[in-house]
Amino acid sequence: MNMLSDTNRKSIRVDLQLMADMIEPGTRVLDVGCGEGELLDYLVNTKGVDARGIELSTDGVNACVSAGLPVIQGDAETDLIDYPDQAFDYVILSQTLQAMMSPKEALNQLLRIGKRAIVSFPNFGHWRVRWELFAKGKMPVNETLAYQWYDTPNIHFCTIKDFIVLCDELGITIERSIALDHQGNIRRIRSRLFAANLFGEQGVFLLSRR
Amino acid sequence: MSTNDTTQSEKTQDSSQKVTFGSEAPLRLDCGVELKNHTIAFEAYGTLNEQKNNAILICHALTGDQYVASPHPITKKPGWWDIVIGPGKIFDTDKYFIICPNVIGGCMGTTGPKEINPDTGKPWGVEFPVITIPDMVRQQALLISHFGIDKLFMVVGGSMGGMQALEWASTYPDRVFASIPIATAPHHSAQNIALYEVGRQAIMADPEWCDGKYLEQGRTPKRGLSVARMAGHITYLSEASLQQKFGRRLQDRHEVTFGFDADFQVESYLRHQGSTFVDRFDANSYLYVSRAMDYFDLAGNNGGVLANAFKDTPVRFCVISFTSDWHYPTAESRLTVKALNAVAANVSFAEIESDKGHDAFLLDEPEFHNVLSGFINGAAKHWGLS
Repeated sequence: MNMLSDTNRKSIRVDLQLMADMIEPGTRVLDVGCGEGELLDYLVNTKGVDARGIELSTDGVNACVSAGLPVIQGDAETDLIDYPDQAFDYVILSQTLQAMMSPKEALNQLLRIGKRAIVSFPNFGHWRVRWELFAKGKMPVNETLAYQWYDTPNIHFCTIKDFIVLCDELGITIERSIALDHQGNIRRIRSRLFAANLFGEQGVFLLSRR
Repeated sequence: MSTNDTTQSEKTQDSSQKVTFGSEAPLRLDCGVELKNHTIAFEAYGTLNEQKNNAILICHALTGDQYVASPHPITKKPGWWDIVIGPGKIFDTDKYFIICPNVIGGCMGTTGPKEINPDTGKPWGVEFPVITIPDMVRQQALLISHFGIDKLFMVVGGSMGGMQALEWASTYPDRVFASIPIATAPHHSAQNIALYEVGRQAIMADPEWCDGKYLEQGRTPKRGLSVARMAGHITYLSEASLQQKFGRRLQDRHEVTFGFDADFQVESYLRHQGSTFVDRFDANSYLYVSRAMDYFDLAGNNGGVLANAFKDTPVRFCVISFTSDWHYPTAESRLTVKALNAVAANVSFAEIESDKGHDAFLLDEPEFHNVLSGFINGAAKHWGLS
């Protein structure tokens, strides 16, 4: 079980921590693709957040509900449409955008049902990805991108730069943007996009509508 | 406890407690009839705490009754949900006060077609007014008030019990903190209405039914009720579980007899289910309670939009379905979940992998029980009970 007691709370993954830090205490949060509820559990127990989750895998859902987290079995691709406008303060989409059929529609939905969206994704512009393609001529496989091309759920890879272009196209305001490098160090994107897009293994964005 | 003089509590010989309401608390039924005197029989376990905030209402299914965790007075079998109710169990009677009433229209002590109509001095029979799921819930609410409970911690039920759990949350959102509708639907599908109609026709086709007056005439439509039970029982199981349990195996014989005896084990099993059921259930109750399920339509009662049934709901929901349940399939639970999402309600929803069919909710399904206990513990924490 992933239920952590208040006294025995271990630290969460660094990208999840970054996202958690973007969230004001006591707010309403929907975590889309919440997995086994690591972030939700943290938000509920340390930030007093009114949290909900959607998760596709039965195992993930059962782990969450068994830990007392309000999570539904559902598909982010089809079920976000059910929620009313602006129902949440934050909607989180963590490491899922690149696996969605329609990332553009998903972003629009996130900012329809949430006042803000927090999105993280693996950066396909990272130098190791570029190196594998450039030097080996092969699709990259590493800890962050752990699948072969033929069995990957990730069908819509993008770079940090691509993502910024899409946000601009959709009229989405980037309130905060952070890249995380291999060591888990934070790199600012806004002031140094070139370096962030090269050394950031993943991007974490706080978004809102203009 | 209620201070009203006409409300009476009694303990009957079969261990069930009863509360009878008089003119101070009439039951207004959806069909327009008002029952001035009505009784509700129930079983209770655990202790109601001083704040009266630890009560859990458990609602039974079509052929269930109040004996949820105590031996049945007729069959002597353990309670139908004994597996999860008791000291230290999921519904921990050391922590919670558990109430399970028999529904209106039922046949285990609550007012229903088997009981005596005070106006005629004879059993109601089919003179009994047609009842609905909301009627059941309205009577339960009177019982809860009788206990002095303003707000239930939780309402739980499977199948028809799940309909009541939904109806409770919809009608009394301020009187229930959490609701667990299990293996149920926000309305009866055409397929389910059709299946239940077969059962009712079987009862009414039995000459012993006597136009519903069999009790007055000292008869019992055993065959009809038994066939209704057999048809119903098939819907409670999955194809896989029937296949596993019986296959095409023969009953105490090596070859088919070229006749209509119960050659197959599955026939023998169904006949047994049917014949034992008639000892504990009233045929007219089967008509009334199954009809209440057919009439259940939460969206229909809310302007055709299911989400309207839950507008601004403060209730925490945990919707649970089972993969092999074709009686109340997951798709129907999803209708409820979609409606709850449409109002951004606090909802958990899990589909449990099981090959046991609709009956899975009554059985030892560890994944299901983990989900149940996790939700209950989480809710208790938020309700300030743990």
